[in-house]
Amino acid sequence: MNSGSPEIIATLVKYAVMFGVFINVAPIMNWVERRACAYIQDRPGPNRVGPLGLFQPLADAAKFMFKEDVTPAAADKLLYLMAPVLALLPAFTTFVIVPFGPDLTVGGRTIPLVVAPVDTGVLLFLALSSLAVYSLVLAGYASNNKFSLLGGIRASAQLISYELALTLSVLAVLLPVNSFRLSDIVAWQQAHVWNVIPQILGFFVFLVASFAETNRLPFDLPEAESELIAGFHTEYSAMRFAAFFQAEYTNMAALAALGVTLFFGGWSLPGVHLTGWLGAIVGLVTLVAKIGVCMAVFVWVRWTFPRFRYDQLMRLGWKVLLPLSILNLILVAAMTLAGWL
Amino acid sequence: METLIFLIFAALAVASSLVVVAHRSPVYATMSLVVTLFSVAVLFVLLGAPFLGALQILIYAGAIVVLFLFVIMLLNLQKASAAAGRRGGQLWVALPGALLFVGMVGLVFWRAGAPALQPLTADLVSLKGLATALFSDYLLPFEIVGLLLLVAVIGATVAARRAPDGEASRLLPREDFVGAGDEPRKEARS
Amino acid sequence: MVPISWYLMLAALLFAIGTIGALTRRNGISIFLSIELMLNAANLTLVAYSRQMGDRTGQLIVFFVMAVAAAEAAVGLALFIAVFRSRRTIDVNRLNLMRW
Repeated sequence: MNSGSPEIIATLVKYAVMFGVFINVAPIMNWVERRACAYIQDRPGPNRVGPLGLFQPLADAAKFMFKEDVTPAAADKLLYLMAPVLALLPAFTTFVIVPFGPDLTVGGRTIPLVVAPVDTGVLLFLALSSLAVYSLVLAGYASNNKFSLLGGIRASAQLISYELALTLSVLAVLLPVNSFRLSDIVAWQQAHVWNVIPQILGFFVFLVASFAETNRLPFDLPEAESELIAGFHTEYSAMRFAAFFQAEYTNMAALAALGVTLFFGGWSLPGVHLTGWLGAIVGLVTLVAKIGVCMAVFVWVRWTFPRFRYDQLMRLGWKVLLPLSILNLILVAAMTLAGWL
Repeated sequence: METLIFLIFAALAVASSLVVVAHRSPVYATMSLVVTLFSVAVLFVLLGAPFLGALQILIYAGAIVVLFLFVIMLLNLQKASAAAGRRGGQLWVALPGALLFVGMVGLVFWRAGAPALQPLTADLVSLKGLATALFSDYLLPFEIVGLLLLVAVIGATVAARRAPDGEASRLLPREDFVGAGDEPRKEARS
Repeated sequence: MVPISWYLMLAALLFAIGTIGALTRRNGISIFLSIELMLNAANLTLVAYSRQMGDRTGQLIVFFVMAVAAAEAAVGLALFIAVFRSRRTIDVNRLNLMRW
């Protein structure tokens, strides 16, 4: 940080690029989700605003802006207003450690294409994303409403439980690489093989746990519209609701970015070794495309699986996923020791 | 720059820790504790321990404090705590004691002067060094901590387990749990 | 450069605030929160000295303290749940069955 302004400018530009990618996820996914669910359920979906209903997100955004922003009289005002902001905070900070291209040399300076090239890498991602639970819990508590409180309680237990399995599956990826840095993990996968092949078990655990961490169906118990009438955000309307909406999709995209970086080679493509600006652009496009595929899977799963019951959710987390992730960790450790990885 | 960051987060830590201690609502106290923990994590990074900073947020803020919130909400402590204020008597002992402690520490540093912080060595920051020490010199404590966590998991499960119907009443008649002078038990949950 | 004594002074302050909380609050959870505050103050001291001495033992102890704090929180909160079930309160002044 003390090494002068070019670094700061480079960091700002990199953050702007990633921010530009991630802020657009919510409106685009809004359209994708509604069209895809309509397709899966064999109905047309929103198709009136613009070609194929493509401008529907703009109409939605306008609607959010002009709706009345209601604060319930019995709500805990401060916490109620704080919760949506807290939801956005981790969503827009976690992606800073995801690399999106090979090192770039500009004017004799080597710039790693990751916003924050820190040693603690993945750990920072997990730490920041673990703060996301507060927004859900506080929203549920501050609304002062039974359904919301239940949603908040469910969220806190669910997120803690699945964080364990998620962290352990991430840990296994780090073993052969010997580094917390995601760019090292990408480099390792470029040199060897995509992690999804030797660690298919870990990938499975990661996938399921990330559905739970983002509160997506089949694990959307904190909101569960049919039993908790939207749970922790029952009382929220207008832009505050939009903030939760944005945070959910940004969190999904951030977890997808982590997932593709850990298991699918991140910005790299097998056999493609481009450098310079071309490499940077191809890297960014590749990463975004991979995230897009992941998001499609998120949507696909959401509209094809029924919701779990709460005890089933806990049983799955503690009695299936956690042992599986530990088994995966031991397997990977053994393979690393044997020199197979 | 570094001094500025230190001052901001030190002030934040002190202010939020005061809220932790003084606020009547357990939820606000818990949320302030998160702010304190975050500030201390920033100070860890400033001191050249980014690993501990990340762990602090991941373990403390991300898991332990969420557990607190979970329990506060599960027991619905908002109403229970309204009656529980502070004890004047203990405050008059605790406050001078705390002031005395801070004053003594301050006096020591004032007399000893303020030595500048040692420059950061790459060795101290490196994760590899930390891991090597942890798994060689400190292997035994590490394993004991693992065992401790296992015992804690089992202990917590047993302690929080809802007793099978009738078992508790066979051990002790329900009335015996209510101490002398207590008002009759009310349903805390409305 | 911030002198080390500032860090230690801050830690002392946090510790003192935590002590006041632990001594004066009656709600069991609040006492617990205050104890976490004291543990954090101790951790800050350890990391500061570790930096000053150029020795990473302090950092390792912090690592262990965090693990123990996690265990303590899990068991303690479980006990509070159990107590609340039978007594409908976690006001520590009312938990006086062992006093005579």
